[in-house]
Amino acid sequence: MIKHIGKSGLVALGMISAVAWGADTPASLMAHYAKTAGIPLSALSATRGEALYRTEHSGRNGQNISCASCHTASPKQAGQTRVGKRIEPLAPAAHPERFTDAAKVEKWFRRNCQDVLQRECSAQEKGDFIAWLNQVK
Amino acid sequence: MNYVLRGISVMAAVGTFSLLAFSLPSGEAHGDGGDNVLPKLTHKNWQQECASCHLAYAPSFLPKASWRRVMGGLEQHFGENASLDPATQADILRFLEANAADSGNSRMGNKVMQRMGANEAPMRISETRWFVRKHDEVPRATWSRKAIGSAANCAACHRQAEQGKFDEHDVRIPK
Repeated sequence: MIKHIGKSGLVALGMISAVAWGADTPASLMAHYAKTAGIPLSALSATRGEALYRTEHSGRNGQNISCASCHTASPKQAGQTRVGKRIEPLAPAAHPERFTDAAKVEKWFRRNCQDVLQRECSAQEKGDFIAWLNQVK
Repeated sequence: MNYVLRGISVMAAVGTFSLLAFSLPSGEAHGDGGDNVLPKLTHKNWQQECASCHLAYAPSFLPKASWRRVMGGLEQHFGENASLDPATQADILRFLEANAADSGNSRMGNKVMQRMGANEAPMRISETRWFVRKHDEVPRATWSRKAIGSAANCAACHRQAEQGKFDEHDVRIPK
């Protein structure tokens, strides 16, 4: 029995860590990016964020790409990577784990802004982007 | 039985069950389980990082030199930026090297190496002679079917690829 409790304890720990998201929230990340950009939080724009998501850019092989290319037109839907792996929805309303881990958020902005825009995104763009996704119901 | 004890026994049952379900998918999966079953490997960063975009390809499919090339060029990873922080990158490379095809740790790796030239360091598993020979009956057009996409999508046909099982009898090629 003790062995079983040990095992179940481990499994319980696993379950906890699976739902223990980072200490961050969409709101705290928006505040962070606004501060980094040197603008008030209220100056972040969901409209600009949506435009950033939808605007197409010419990709490396002549095809137009945007965030929506992989994440689909609706951020409430699951997307797909180029090799067919599921991408959980970007909107916290559809996937509450989104924007709860600053390191993960930075990693994906770094990668995907380079891929789609061929440059890094600014702090304001990142704030706008989260501002839009966070108000998607 | 009071509620606490009942809770504990339920947890114990769930725990035992999940351990059985996840750690013993087949008795063979432990160690090197045979020709088409890969050794069961666990490595947090490898699973978390590599598998966020594609199947966490087994280290035994490529030699160390290949993994060094792959991990050294993550900014341009088959056309996508897959860059990692240096610590995570080094951690994953160590794991890949320790279990690479030429590490002698798996039968799969030995088979891959049997057909590998001495100075070869292919970037793609699908470029290895072992892979090409294994898949020589698959017509070119099949790979590009919508449900498959490319040879990178092992799990499209090898339904148990995520579990490291590549038995030919389990292959179902989508239409």
